[in-house]
Amino acid sequence: MPASPEEMQKKTTKWMTWLKDLSDKGHVKALGEPLQPNGKVVKGTTKKQVIDGPYAEAKDVVGGYSIIMAKHIEQAVDLSLGCPIFEDGGSVEIRPIGQLD
Amino acid sequence: MDIEEHFFRHEFGRIVATLTRLFGVRNIALAEDVTQDAFCRAMETWKLRGLPKNPSSWLMATARNRALDILRRERTTRVYEPELTRFLESEWTLVPTVEEAFSTHAVKDSQLRMMFSCCHPRLSEDAQIALILHILCGFSVKEIAQAFVSSYAAIEKRITRAKKILAESRNLFDLADADFPSRLTSVLQALYLLFNEGYHGSSPEAALRMELCQEAMLLMNLLIEQPALVSPQAYALAALMYLNAARLPSRLDGAGNLVSFFEQDRSLWNHNLIADGQALLNLSASGTELTKYHIEAAIASMHTSAARSEDTDWNQIVSLYDMLMAIHPSPVIALNRAIAIAQLDGPERGLQAIRAIHDLHRLSSYPFYPAALGELELRMGNYPVAKTQFSAALSLARNPMERNFLQRRIDTCSES
Repeated sequence: MPASPEEMQKKTTKWMTWLKDLSDKGHVKALGEPLQPNGKVVKGTTKKQVIDGPYAEAKDVVGGYSIIMAKHIEQAVDLSLGCPIFEDGGSVEIRPIGQLD
Repeated sequence: MDIEEHFFRHEFGRIVATLTRLFGVRNIALAEDVTQDAFCRAMETWKLRGLPKNPSSWLMATARNRALDILRRERTTRVYEPELTRFLESEWTLVPTVEEAFSTHAVKDSQLRMMFSCCHPRLSEDAQIALILHILCGFSVKEIAQAFVSSYAAIEKRITRAKKILAESRNLFDLADADFPSRLTSVLQALYLLFNEGYHGSSPEAALRMELCQEAMLLMNLLIEQPALVSPQAYALAALMYLNAARLPSRLDGAGNLVSFFEQDRSLWNHNLIADGQALLNLSASGTELTKYHIEAAIASMHTSAARSEDTDWNQIVSLYDMLMAIHPSPVIALNRAIAIAQLDGPERGLQAIRAIHDLHRLSSYPFYPAALGELELRMGNYPVAKTQFSAALSLARNPMERNFLQRRIDTCSES
Protein backbone atom coordinates (compact mmCIF):
# COMPACT_ATOMS: atom_id res chain seq x y z
CA MET A 1 0.00 0.00 0.00
CA PRO A 2 1.62 3.30 -1.03
CA ALA A 3 1.90 6.06 1.54
CA SER A 4 -0.88 8.67 1.52
CA PRO A 5 0.00 12.27 0.58
CA GLU A 6 -0.41 13.28 4.23
CA GLU A 7 1.98 10.52 5.36
CA MET A 8 4.49 11.50 2.66
CA GLN A 9 4.32 15.10 3.78
CA LYS A 10 4.96 14.11 7.40
CA LYS A 11 7.92 11.97 6.36
CA THR A 12 9.41 14.67 4.14
CA THR A 13 9.02 17.19 6.96
CA LYS A 14 10.81 14.88 9.41
CA TRP A 15 13.76 14.54 7.05
CA MET A 16 13.92 18.25 6.39
CA THR A 17 13.79 18.96 10.12
CA TRP A 18 16.56 16.44 10.85
CA LEU A 19 18.86 17.80 8.15
CA LYS A 20 18.13 21.39 9.11
CA ASP A 21 19.04 20.62 12.70
CA LEU A 22 22.35 19.02 11.59
CA SER A 23 22.95 21.98 9.32
CA ASP A 24 22.23 24.54 12.06
CA LYS A 25 24.80 22.79 14.23
CA GLY A 26 27.38 23.09 11.45
CA HIS A 27 27.58 19.40 10.62
CA VAL A 28 26.43 19.51 7.00
CA LYS A 29 29.11 19.83 4.33
CA ALA A 30 26.71 19.05 1.48
CA LEU A 31 23.04 18.17 1.69
CA GLY A 32 23.63 15.50 -0.94
CA GLU A 33 21.40 14.07 -3.59
CA PRO A 34 18.89 11.27 -3.91
CA LEU A 35 20.11 8.42 -6.11
CA GLN A 36 17.83 7.09 -8.84
CA PRO A 37 16.90 3.46 -8.30
CA ASN A 38 17.95 2.44 -11.82
CA GLY A 39 21.61 2.27 -12.85
CA LYS A 40 24.34 0.04 -14.19
CA VAL A 41 27.10 -2.08 -12.73
CA VAL A 42 30.24 -2.44 -14.81
CA LYS A 43 32.74 -5.18 -13.92
CA GLY A 44 35.35 -7.50 -15.38
CA THR A 45 39.10 -7.25 -15.90
CA THR A 46 39.56 -7.41 -19.64
CA LYS A 47 36.12 -8.14 -20.96
CA LYS A 48 33.75 -5.69 -19.27
CA GLN A 49 30.32 -6.81 -18.27
CA VAL A 50 27.55 -4.22 -17.89
CA ILE A 51 24.51 -5.25 -15.89
CA ASP A 52 21.45 -3.37 -14.78
CA GLY A 53 21.03 -2.32 -11.16
CA PRO A 54 19.82 -2.51 -8.47
CA TYR A 55 22.88 -4.21 -7.18
CA ALA A 56 21.65 -5.78 -3.99
CA GLU A 57 18.46 -6.71 -2.27
CA ALA A 58 15.92 -3.92 -2.72
CA LYS A 59 16.08 -3.02 0.97
CA ASP A 60 19.84 -2.46 0.77
CA VAL A 61 19.72 -0.11 -2.20
CA VAL A 62 21.34 3.22 -1.41
CA GLY A 63 18.61 5.85 -1.77
CA GLY A 64 20.77 8.94 -1.38
CA TYR A 65 23.70 10.47 0.40
CA SER A 66 24.66 13.49 2.42
CA ILE A 67 28.13 14.69 3.34
CA ILE A 68 28.42 15.61 6.98
CA MET A 69 31.26 16.84 9.13
CA ALA A 70 32.16 15.04 12.32
CA LYS A 71 35.23 14.88 14.54
CA HIS A 72 35.38 11.12 14.34
CA ILE A 73 33.29 8.24 13.13
CA GLU A 74 31.68 7.77 16.56
CA GLN A 75 30.31 11.30 16.39
CA ALA A 76 29.05 10.61 12.86
CA VAL A 77 27.25 7.54 14.20
CA ASP A 78 25.69 9.70 16.93
CA LEU A 79 24.53 12.26 14.36
CA SER A 80 22.89 9.52 12.29
CA LEU A 81 20.73 8.32 15.17
CA GLY A 82 18.04 10.94 14.51
CA CYS A 83 17.67 9.97 10.86
CA PRO A 84 14.02 9.21 9.98
CA ILE A 85 15.14 6.32 7.75
CA PHE A 86 15.15 3.99 10.78
CA GLU A 87 11.35 4.41 11.13
CA ASP A 88 10.94 2.62 7.81
CA GLY A 89 13.34 -0.19 8.69
CA GLY A 90 16.15 1.37 6.65
CA SER A 91 19.77 1.76 7.64
CA VAL A 92 22.50 4.36 7.46
CA GLU A 93 25.93 3.49 6.19
CA ILE A 94 28.69 5.78 7.41
CA ARG A 95 31.89 6.02 5.39
CA PRO A 96 34.74 8.42 6.12
CA ILE A 97 35.90 10.63 3.26
CA GLY A 98 39.54 11.65 3.35
CA GLN A 99 41.53 12.20 6.54
CA LEU A 100 40.23 11.29 9.95
CA ASP A 101 41.77 13.16 12.86
CA MET B 1 10.97 26.71 5.13
CA ASP B 2 8.14 24.48 6.26
CA ILE B 3 5.66 22.74 4.01
CA GLU B 4 2.22 24.32 4.20
CA GLU B 5 -0.32 22.24 6.11
CA HIS B 6 -1.95 19.52 3.94
CA PHE B 7 0.02 20.82 0.94
CA PHE B 8 0.70 17.32 -0.43
CA ARG B 9 -2.95 16.29 -0.11
CA HIS B 10 -4.27 19.36 -1.88
CA GLU B 11 -1.68 19.21 -4.66
CA PHE B 12 -2.51 15.53 -5.09
CA GLY B 13 -6.14 16.39 -5.86
CA ARG B 14 -5.15 19.16 -8.27
CA ILE B 15 -2.71 16.95 -10.18
CA VAL B 16 -4.98 13.88 -10.37
CA ALA B 17 -7.79 16.04 -11.75
CA THR B 18 -5.48 17.65 -14.32
CA LEU B 19 -4.01 14.34 -15.47
CA THR B 20 -7.45 12.75 -15.66
CA ARG B 21 -8.48 15.63 -17.90
CA LEU B 22 -5.58 14.71 -20.23
CA PHE B 23 -5.64 10.93 -20.01
CA GLY B 24 -9.42 10.62 -19.92
CA VAL B 25 -11.54 9.43 -17.03
CA ARG B 26 -11.18 5.80 -18.15
CA ASN B 27 -7.46 6.12 -17.35
CA ILE B 28 -7.96 7.55 -13.87
CA ALA B 29 -5.80 4.78 -12.39
CA LEU B 30 -2.93 5.92 -14.63
CA ALA B 31 -3.49 9.52 -13.50
CA GLU B 32 -3.27 8.40 -9.87
CA ASP B 33 -0.10 6.37 -10.53
CA VAL B 34 1.63 9.26 -12.28
CA THR B 35 0.65 11.60 -9.43
CA GLN B 36 1.90 9.14 -6.81
CA ASP B 37 5.16 8.85 -8.76
CA ALA B 38 5.59 12.65 -8.84
CA PHE B 39 5.10 12.72 -5.08
CA CYS B 40 7.66 9.96 -4.51
CA ARG B 41 10.17 11.98 -6.53
CA ALA B 42 9.34 15.11 -4.57
CA MET B 43 9.78 13.29 -1.28
CA GLU B 44 13.11 11.71 -2.27
CA THR B 45 14.49 15.02 -3.53
CA TRP B 46 13.06 17.44 -0.97
CA LYS B 47 13.99 15.38 2.03
CA LEU B 48 17.68 15.90 1.17
CA ARG B 49 17.64 19.14 -0.81
CA GLY B 50 14.97 20.95 1.18
CA LEU B 51 11.91 22.62 -0.25
CA PRO B 52 12.25 24.14 -3.74
CA LYS B 53 11.33 27.82 -4.23
CA ASN B 54 7.92 26.99 -5.61
CA PRO B 55 6.95 23.49 -4.45
CA SER B 56 3.65 23.56 -6.31
CA SER B 57 5.30 24.36 -9.68
CA TRP B 58 7.97 21.74 -9.01
CA LEU B 59 5.32 19.04 -8.53
CA MET B 60 3.25 20.23 -11.48
CA ALA B 61 6.32 20.27 -13.74
CA THR B 62 7.31 16.76 -12.65
CA ALA B 63 3.81 15.45 -13.33
CA ARG B 64 3.62 17.34 -16.65
CA ASN B 65 6.93 15.90 -17.92
CA ARG B 66 5.90 12.40 -16.92
CA ALA B 67 2.53 12.91 -18.66
CA LEU B 68 4.34 13.99 -21.85
CA ASP B 69 6.56 10.86 -21.72
CA ILE B 70 3.51 8.62 -21.38
CA LEU B 71 1.49 10.40 -24.04
CA ARG B 72 4.39 10.09 -26.49
CA ARG B 73 5.23 6.49 -25.67
CA GLU B 74 1.71 5.14 -25.44
CA ARG B 75 0.17 7.32 -28.11
CA THR B 76 -1.10 4.35 -30.08
CA THR B 77 -1.73 1.81 -27.32
CA ARG B 78 -4.14 3.73 -25.14
CA VAL B 79 -7.37 5.57 -25.73
CA TYR B 80 -7.24 9.01 -24.13
CA GLU B 81 -9.75 11.74 -23.44
CA PRO B 82 -12.00 11.79 -26.54
CA GLU B 83 -12.21 15.60 -26.57
CA LEU B 84 -8.42 15.90 -26.65
CA THR B 85 -7.29 12.86 -28.62
CA ARG B 86 -6.61 14.67 -31.88
CA PHE B 87 -4.50 17.29 -30.09
CA LEU B 88 -2.49 14.64 -28.31
CA GLU B 89 -1.75 12.71 -31.50
CA SER B 90 0.51 15.27 -33.16
CA GLU B 91 3.76 16.47 -31.63
CA TRP B 92 2.83 19.97 -32.88
CA THR B 93 -0.16 20.20 -30.60
CA LEU B 94 0.84 17.76 -27.84
CA VAL B 95 3.08 20.11 -25.82
CA PRO B 96 0.78 23.16 -25.98
CA THR B 97 -2.22 21.01 -25.07
CA VAL B 98 -0.45 19.57 -22.02
CA GLU B 99 0.89 23.01 -21.03
CA GLU B 100 -2.60 24.45 -21.27
CA ALA B 101 -4.02 21.66 -19.06
CA PHE B 102 -1.53 22.63 -16.35
CA SER B 103 -2.41 26.35 -16.41
CA THR B 104 -3.96 27.70 -13.21
CA HIS B 105 -7.33 28.27 -14.81
CA ALA B 106 -7.45 24.80 -16.43
CA VAL B 107 -6.43 23.05 -13.20
CA LYS B 108 -9.38 24.62 -11.37
CA ASP B 109 -11.69 23.72 -14.22
CA SER B 110 -10.50 20.09 -14.08
CA GLN B 111 -11.04 20.00 -10.31
CA LEU B 112 -14.60 21.26 -10.76
CA ARG B 113 -15.32 18.77 -13.52
CA MET B 114 -13.92 16.00 -11.34
CA MET B 115 -16.13 17.12 -8.46
CA PHE B 116 -19.19 16.92 -10.66
CA SER B 117 -18.04 13.55 -12.04
CA CYS B 118 -17.71 12.17 -8.49
CA CYS B 119 -21.39 12.96 -7.87
CA HIS B 120 -22.48 10.46 -10.50
CA PRO B 121 -26.20 9.58 -10.17
CA ARG B 122 -25.37 5.87 -10.00
CA LEU B 123 -23.38 6.44 -6.79
CA SER B 124 -24.84 6.67 -3.30
CA GLU B 125 -24.19 9.87 -1.32
CA ASP B 126 -21.73 7.98 0.87
CA ALA B 127 -19.83 6.78 -2.19
CA GLN B 128 -19.80 10.27 -3.72
CA ILE B 129 -18.31 11.75 -0.55
CA ALA B 130 -15.71 8.98 -0.23
CA LEU B 131 -14.70 9.50 -3.85
CA ILE B 132 -14.42 13.28 -3.46
CA LEU B 133 -12.24 12.87 -0.37
CA HIS B 134 -10.08 10.25 -2.05
CA ILE B 135 -9.56 11.81 -5.46
CA LEU B 136 -9.93 15.55 -4.89
CA CYS B 137 -8.75 15.91 -1.31
CA GLY B 138 -6.00 13.26 -1.39
CA PHE B 139 -7.25 11.24 1.60
CA SER B 140 -6.10 7.60 1.69
CA VAL B 141 -8.61 4.81 2.24
CA LYS B 142 -7.32 4.50 5.81
CA GLU B 143 -7.81 8.21 6.50
CA ILE B 144 -11.37 8.13 5.13
CA ALA B 145 -12.15 5.04 7.21
CA GLN B 146 -10.93 6.93 10.30
CA ALA B 147 -12.96 10.03 9.48
CA PHE B 148 -16.16 8.04 9.02
CA VAL B 149 -15.57 5.47 11.78
CA SER B 150 -15.84 2.76 9.18
CA SER B 151 -13.72 -0.29 8.46
CA TYR B 152 -10.87 -0.12 5.99
CA ALA B 153 -12.38 -2.96 3.96
CA ALA B 154 -15.79 -1.26 3.69
CA ILE B 155 -14.33 2.05 2.47
CA GLU B 156 -11.93 0.31 0.10
CA LYS B 157 -14.81 -1.61 -1.45
CA ARG B 158 -16.90 1.56 -1.71
CA ILE B 159 -14.11 3.49 -3.43
CA THR B 160 -13.11 0.67 -5.78
CA ARG B 161 -16.68 0.27 -6.94
CA ALA B 162 -17.18 4.03 -7.26
CA LYS B 163 -14.00 4.43 -9.31
CA LYS B 164 -15.15 1.68 -11.63
CA ILE B 165 -18.41 3.52 -12.29
CA LEU B 166 -16.51 6.78 -12.73
CA ALA B 167 -14.11 5.15 -15.23
CA GLU B 168 -17.05 3.99 -17.32
CA SER B 169 -18.01 7.61 -18.04
CA ARG B 170 -17.02 8.80 -21.48
CA ASN B 171 -15.27 11.89 -20.15
CA LEU B 172 -15.14 14.19 -17.15
CA PHE B 173 -18.51 15.86 -16.55
CA ASP B 174 -19.01 18.73 -18.96
CA LEU B 175 -20.05 21.85 -17.04
CA ALA B 176 -22.05 22.99 -20.07
CA ASP B 177 -24.07 19.75 -20.06
CA ALA B 178 -27.87 19.93 -19.95
CA ASP B 179 -27.77 17.85 -16.73
CA PHE B 180 -25.76 20.57 -14.97
CA PRO B 181 -28.56 21.85 -12.66
CA SER B 182 -29.46 18.41 -11.30
CA ARG B 183 -25.81 17.45 -10.94
CA LEU B 184 -25.17 20.72 -9.10
CA THR B 185 -27.86 19.72 -6.59
CA SER B 186 -26.02 16.44 -5.91
CA VAL B 187 -22.68 18.23 -5.60
CA LEU B 188 -24.11 20.69 -3.08
CA GLN B 189 -25.70 17.89 -1.06
CA ALA B 190 -22.37 15.99 -0.99
CA LEU B 191 -20.49 19.10 0.16
CA TYR B 192 -23.20 19.79 2.75
CA LEU B 193 -22.88 16.26 4.15
CA LEU B 194 -19.08 16.50 4.11
CA PHE B 195 -19.21 19.78 6.04
CA ASN B 196 -21.74 18.40 8.53
CA GLU B 197 -19.65 15.30 9.09
CA GLY B 198 -16.87 17.64 10.14
CA TYR B 199 -19.14 19.92 12.18
CA HIS B 200 -21.40 17.51 14.04
CA GLY B 201 -19.77 14.29 12.98
CA SER B 202 -19.39 10.99 14.69
CA SER B 203 -15.63 10.78 14.33
CA PRO B 204 -13.69 9.49 17.34
CA GLU B 205 -10.75 11.60 16.20
CA ALA B 206 -11.34 15.29 16.82
CA ALA B 207 -8.59 16.62 14.58
CA LEU B 208 -10.04 15.13 11.42
CA ARG B 209 -13.40 16.81 11.90
CA MET B 210 -12.16 20.36 11.37
CA GLU B 211 -10.28 19.12 8.31
CA LEU B 212 -13.48 17.84 6.74
CA CYS B 213 -15.09 21.28 7.20
CA GLN B 214 -12.03 22.89 5.62
CA GLU B 215 -12.08 20.50 2.67
CA ALA B 216 -15.78 21.12 2.06
CA MET B 217 -15.13 24.88 2.12
CA LEU B 218 -12.16 24.68 -0.27
CA LEU B 219 -14.29 22.73 -2.77
CA MET B 220 -17.17 25.15 -2.24
CA ASN B 221 -14.79 28.05 -2.97
CA LEU B 222 -13.81 26.47 -6.29
CA LEU B 223 -17.45 26.60 -7.23
CA ILE B 224 -18.31 30.11 -6.04
CA GLU B 225 -15.26 31.50 -7.85
CA GLN B 226 -17.20 30.76 -11.05
CA PRO B 227 -20.24 33.07 -10.87
CA ALA B 228 -21.64 31.59 -14.10
CA LEU B 229 -22.06 28.22 -12.35
CA VAL B 230 -23.45 29.41 -9.04
CA SER B 231 -27.12 29.24 -8.12
CA PRO B 232 -28.71 31.05 -5.14
CA GLN B 233 -28.80 27.74 -3.25
CA ALA B 234 -25.03 27.33 -3.79
CA TYR B 235 -24.46 30.78 -2.25
CA ALA B 236 -26.75 29.79 0.60
CA LEU B 237 -24.74 26.62 1.27
CA ALA B 238 -21.49 28.60 1.15
CA ALA B 239 -22.97 31.11 3.63
CA LEU B 240 -24.03 28.28 5.93
CA MET B 241 -20.50 26.85 5.88
CA TYR B 242 -18.79 30.20 6.51
CA LEU B 243 -21.12 31.24 9.33
CA ASN B 244 -20.89 27.89 11.11
CA ALA B 245 -17.13 27.58 10.55
CA ALA B 246 -16.72 31.03 12.13
CA ARG B 247 -17.98 29.56 15.42
CA LEU B 248 -15.83 26.41 15.32
CA PRO B 249 -12.94 27.87 17.37
CA SER B 250 -15.24 28.40 20.38
CA ARG B 251 -16.72 24.90 20.34
CA LEU B 252 -13.66 23.41 22.02
CA ASP B 253 -11.80 24.74 25.06
CA GLY B 254 -8.03 24.75 25.44
CA ALA B 255 -8.07 21.14 26.62
CA GLY B 256 -10.06 19.97 23.58
CA ASN B 257 -13.37 19.64 25.48
CA LEU B 258 -16.73 20.49 23.90
CA VAL B 259 -18.08 23.76 25.27
CA SER B 260 -21.84 24.22 25.74
CA PHE B 261 -23.41 26.80 23.42
CA PHE B 262 -24.11 29.22 26.27
CA GLU B 263 -20.58 29.12 27.62
CA GLN B 264 -18.79 29.59 24.29
CA ASP B 265 -16.33 32.47 24.19
CA ARG B 266 -17.68 34.60 21.36
CA SER B 267 -14.48 36.61 21.15
CA LEU B 268 -12.92 33.52 19.53
CA TRP B 269 -15.27 33.69 16.57
CA ASN B 270 -13.67 34.34 13.21
CA HIS B 271 -15.04 37.71 12.14
CA ASN B 272 -13.66 37.50 8.62
CA LEU B 273 -15.64 34.32 8.06
CA ILE B 274 -18.73 35.96 9.55
CA ALA B 275 -18.42 38.96 7.20
CA ASP B 276 -17.86 36.70 4.17
CA GLY B 277 -20.71 34.42 5.24
CA GLN B 278 -23.06 37.37 5.61
CA ALA B 279 -22.09 38.63 2.12
CA LEU B 280 -22.74 35.17 0.69
CA LEU B 281 -26.10 35.05 2.46
CA ASN B 282 -27.03 38.33 0.77
CA LEU B 283 -26.01 36.88 -2.61
CA SER B 284 -28.21 33.85 -1.95
CA ALA B 285 -31.31 36.03 -1.58
CA SER B 286 -32.43 35.85 -5.19
CA GLY B 287 -34.52 33.55 -7.29
CA THR B 288 -37.75 31.91 -6.19
CA GLU B 289 -36.55 28.79 -4.44
CA LEU B 290 -36.13 28.74 -0.65
CA THR B 291 -33.89 25.78 0.19
CA LYS B 292 -32.83 24.17 3.46
CA TYR B 293 -29.43 25.80 2.92
CA HIS B 294 -31.04 29.25 2.94
CA ILE B 295 -32.85 28.58 6.22
CA GLU B 296 -29.93 26.89 7.93
CA ALA B 297 -27.68 29.77 6.86
CA ALA B 298 -30.23 32.23 8.24
CA ILE B 299 -30.26 30.37 11.58
CA ALA B 300 -26.44 30.42 11.66
CA SER B 301 -26.57 34.14 10.93
CA MET B 302 -28.97 34.72 13.85
CA HIS B 303 -26.33 33.19 16.13
CA THR B 304 -23.36 35.07 14.70
CA SER B 305 -25.20 38.40 14.89
CA ALA B 306 -25.88 38.06 18.63
CA ALA B 307 -23.06 39.62 20.63
CA ARG B 308 -23.96 37.58 23.74
CA SER B 309 -25.92 34.32 23.96
CA GLU B 310 -28.68 36.14 25.87
CA ASP B 311 -29.07 38.53 22.92
CA THR B 312 -30.08 35.66 20.60
CA ASP B 313 -33.38 36.22 18.82
CA TRP B 314 -34.95 32.85 19.71
CA ASN B 315 -38.35 33.96 18.41
CA GLN B 316 -36.89 34.37 14.93
CA ILE B 317 -34.93 31.11 15.25
CA VAL B 318 -38.07 29.14 16.19
CA SER B 319 -39.82 30.58 13.10
CA LEU B 320 -36.89 29.56 10.92
CA TYR B 321 -37.02 26.02 12.35
CA ASP B 322 -40.76 25.95 11.60
CA MET B 323 -39.97 26.80 7.97
CA LEU B 324 -37.23 24.19 7.87
CA MET B 325 -39.60 21.54 9.25
CA ALA B 326 -42.12 22.48 6.56
CA ILE B 327 -39.74 21.90 3.65
CA HIS B 328 -37.41 19.33 5.13
CA PRO B 329 -38.98 17.51 8.10
CA SER B 330 -36.54 15.45 10.15
CA PRO B 331 -36.42 14.39 13.80
CA VAL B 332 -32.99 16.01 14.25
CA ILE B 333 -34.35 19.35 13.05
CA ALA B 334 -37.40 18.87 15.26
CA LEU B 335 -35.09 18.32 18.22
CA ASN B 336 -33.19 21.53 17.45
CA ARG B 337 -36.49 23.35 17.12
CA ALA B 338 -37.55 22.05 20.57
CA ILE B 339 -34.31 23.37 22.08
CA ALA B 340 -34.99 26.79 20.54
CA ILE B 341 -38.54 26.68 21.97
CA ALA B 342 -37.07 25.94 25.41
CA GLN B 343 -34.93 29.06 25.06
CA LEU B 344 -37.93 31.12 24.09
CA ASP B 345 -40.69 29.74 26.36
CA GLY B 346 -38.85 27.79 29.05
CA PRO B 347 -37.70 24.18 29.57
CA GLU B 348 -41.19 22.76 30.16
CA ARG B 349 -42.38 23.88 26.71
CA GLY B 350 -39.16 22.52 25.25
CA LEU B 351 -39.78 19.10 26.82
CA GLN B 352 -43.34 19.11 25.45
CA ALA B 353 -42.00 19.89 21.98
CA ILE B 354 -39.54 16.99 22.23
CA ARG B 355 -42.30 14.59 23.31
CA ALA B 356 -44.37 15.77 20.33
CA ILE B 357 -41.72 14.74 17.76
CA HIS B 358 -43.64 12.06 15.91
CA ASP B 359 -40.78 9.89 14.64
CA LEU B 360 -38.88 10.08 17.93
CA HIS B 361 -37.77 6.45 17.65
CA ARG B 362 -35.38 7.50 14.86
CA LEU B 363 -33.37 9.37 17.48
CA SER B 364 -32.91 6.29 19.68
CA SER B 365 -29.16 6.09 19.04
CA TYR B 366 -28.58 9.85 18.75
CA PRO B 367 -26.72 10.98 21.90
CA PHE B 368 -28.01 14.56 21.66
CA TYR B 369 -31.59 13.35 22.15
CA PRO B 370 -31.18 12.16 25.77
CA ALA B 371 -28.62 14.95 26.25
CA ALA B 372 -31.28 17.55 25.32
CA LEU B 373 -33.79 15.92 27.68
CA GLY B 374 -31.14 15.95 30.42
CA GLU B 375 -30.34 19.61 29.81
CA LEU B 376 -33.99 20.68 30.08
CA GLU B 377 -34.68 18.48 33.15
CA LEU B 378 -31.58 19.99 34.74
CA ARG B 379 -32.97 23.48 34.16
CA MET B 380 -36.26 22.42 35.74
CA GLY B 381 -34.28 21.29 38.79
CA ASN B 382 -35.11 17.58 38.29
CA TYR B 383 -31.56 16.47 39.02
CA PRO B 384 -32.05 12.67 39.32
CA VAL B 385 -34.04 12.55 36.04
CA ALA B 386 -31.48 14.77 34.33
CA LYS B 387 -28.67 12.52 35.56
CA THR B 388 -30.41 9.42 34.14
CA GLN B 389 -30.79 11.15 30.75
CA PHE B 390 -27.16 12.28 30.65
CA SER B 391 -26.07 8.74 31.55
CA ALA B 392 -28.16 7.41 28.65
CA ALA B 393 -26.50 9.97 26.38
CA LEU B 394 -23.08 8.96 27.70
CA SER B 395 -23.70 5.35 26.68
CA LEU B 396 -24.44 6.57 23.11
CA ALA B 397 -21.54 9.03 22.91
CA ARG B 398 -19.32 8.54 19.88
CA ASN B 399 -16.01 10.08 20.86
CA PRO B 400 -14.00 11.15 23.92
CA MET B 401 -15.04 14.79 23.47
CA GLU B 402 -18.72 13.88 23.75
CA ARG B 403 -18.01 11.52 26.66
CA ASN B 404 -16.06 14.16 28.61
CA PHE B 405 -18.77 16.73 28.00
CA LEU B 406 -21.57 14.41 29.19
CA GLN B 407 -19.55 13.22 32.18
CA ARG B 408 -19.21 16.83 33.31
CA ARG B 409 -23.00 17.29 32.98
CA ILE B 410 -23.54 14.16 35.10
CA ASP B 411 -21.15 15.59 37.70
CA THR B 412 -23.14 18.86 37.71
CA CYS B 413 -26.37 16.87 38.42
CA SER B 414 -24.70 14.99 41.28
CA GLU B 415 -23.40 18.22 42.83
CA SER B 416 -26.75 20.00 42.59
